[in-house]
Amino acid sequence: MDFFEDWPGYFEVVVNWSDRLLEGLWTTIQLTIYGGALAFVIAVALGLMAGSPSLWLRAPARILIEFFRGISLVVLLFLLMYVLPQLWMRNPDLPLRDLVYNTFLLGVLALGINYGAYGAEAVRASLTTVPSGQWEATTALSMSWVHKMRRVIFPQAWALMLPSLTNLWVHLLKGSAIAYIIPHVSDFTAALNQLRRPTDIWFSHAFIGLVIYFLLALILTLFMQALEARAKHKLGRGPSLREVLSPAPKAAPPDAAGPDPKTLTGPGGGPKQPASGAGAHPGGFA
Amino acid sequence: MIFTSGIIRAADEVDDPTMVDEEEVRQSPFWDWEFAFNALPEMLMAFIEVTLVVTVLGTLIAAVLGLVIAILIRVLPAPLAWIVKWLANFIRMTPIVVQLIFVFWAFLGVIDNLTVGIIVFGVHYATYMSEVYRAGIESVPKGQWEATTALSMSAARTWRKVIIPQALRSTVPSLGNYAISMFKDTPFLLVIMVAEMVTVAGEIGAPAFRYTEVYVIAGLIFLAASYPTALLVNRLEKRLAYAH
Repeated sequence: MDFFEDWPGYFEVVVNWSDRLLEGLWTTIQLTIYGGALAFVIAVALGLMAGSPSLWLRAPARILIEFFRGISLVVLLFLLMYVLPQLWMRNPDLPLRDLVYNTFLLGVLALGINYGAYGAEAVRASLTTVPSGQWEATTALSMSWVHKMRRVIFPQAWALMLPSLTNLWVHLLKGSAIAYIIPHVSDFTAALNQLRRPTDIWFSHAFIGLVIYFLLALILTLFMQALEARAKHKLGRGPSLREVLSPAPKAAPPDAAGPDPKTLTGPGGGPKQPASGAGAHPGGFA
Repeated sequence: MIFTSGIIRAADEVDDPTMVDEEEVRQSPFWDWEFAFNALPEMLMAFIEVTLVVTVLGTLIAAVLGLVIAILIRVLPAPLAWIVKWLANFIRMTPIVVQLIFVFWAFLGVIDNLTVGIIVFGVHYATYMSEVYRAGIESVPKGQWEATTALSMSAARTWRKVIIPQALRSTVPSLGNYAISMFKDTPFLLVIMVAEMVTVAGEIGAPAFRYTEVYVIAGLIFLAASYPTALLVNRLEKRLAYAH
């Protein structure tokens, strides 16, 4: 084939450039992990506020969520890059000056805030999906807020919100590719753009780039599905992670595999399953 | 059109915020109304001519192609359906930024960048829509399928007259939600040098290194456009849920 004629040479380039590519890959992984961690913290904080009965907590949370969801990720990134540092430039005495000159940190902030606002919706929705009897029971037992959240409500909501959080984390990983335009941050996409010059676009972006991003997304998804299996097992609703992972044949297929469309075989279709997502959990708490 | 050949101001050449002359920043006002008003018409033009065009055409492609993918996965023989399914998964789980760059360079000189943007956005979101349609098709009761068999309807007629009308009903809000997220993803087009609103904002701000006004305006336009649409979609969702 004519098309693959140069590919042996391209592979040599990849070997020679491996450290550059791995460095970019590492930056992308860091952006995904730090951004994801920040997004999670923001999502839980804003989600709890948005789900609270007090208007004083709910209103600011709603405003922040709608604001950071509504302005696009790229606009948020540019606002953080060009507008936020002015605060420090105009007030030279402010502390933590170096932080706003760290463009990597600004990238993490943009990703974390944007996807955190999306996640807050998932957290809020899953909190409201926890059956009201559970809330009432905690009141009847006069549990403190922290105690009831930690021991009763959040563990159930956690199992409900995990599928949405998985989707969002994969979105964040994909969104992190825009970080290559940030000065002083060279993520995996930036490395790919360099790799394109000695090779060609089919090799650099399709064969190496998209495939590796896809593998990263798969790893994230598998990790989150393991977390989901664990969360469900802790609620007594599924096999333990060890049982899921064991090669021994199982009596019933674990539902830890997530929304895998195995059920749609015949034209009759499987059981009615809503599109997934935290708000769509069918069962109550037995 | 907007196709810029030859020397391209590389998209990764956004201004370095760490290279600012701080003294100059301190002497200039934080907000300049005149600058903002001068920038507004050009940004609105880019918003209407590019951002909205990409969103509308991309959503159309996504709506139609997504349905095609969902049906193909359903009707094709197993190995082919498996290939289509994983191809869709592959497109869905990889960054649209890299896809844009890839299609842009792979078809350089063949397709202009605005069209590349529309196609990539359309195909990317079609893979999301196909999942929505899949759920919609699965939610059609089994009895409907059996009824079409009992009436010995052809497969095409079954899909056209019985399954798709019922499957599509509940998918409208999701299509709206994906249209909104596509809309908010349009600034990614700056990686292929399409002059959408945020790129134009950057170009207006670059000569004087004044970005406050343009990006705040860009953010406000995004908010003003996406929030009411989101509310609308939300209401539609509630009404459909109530009707069911």
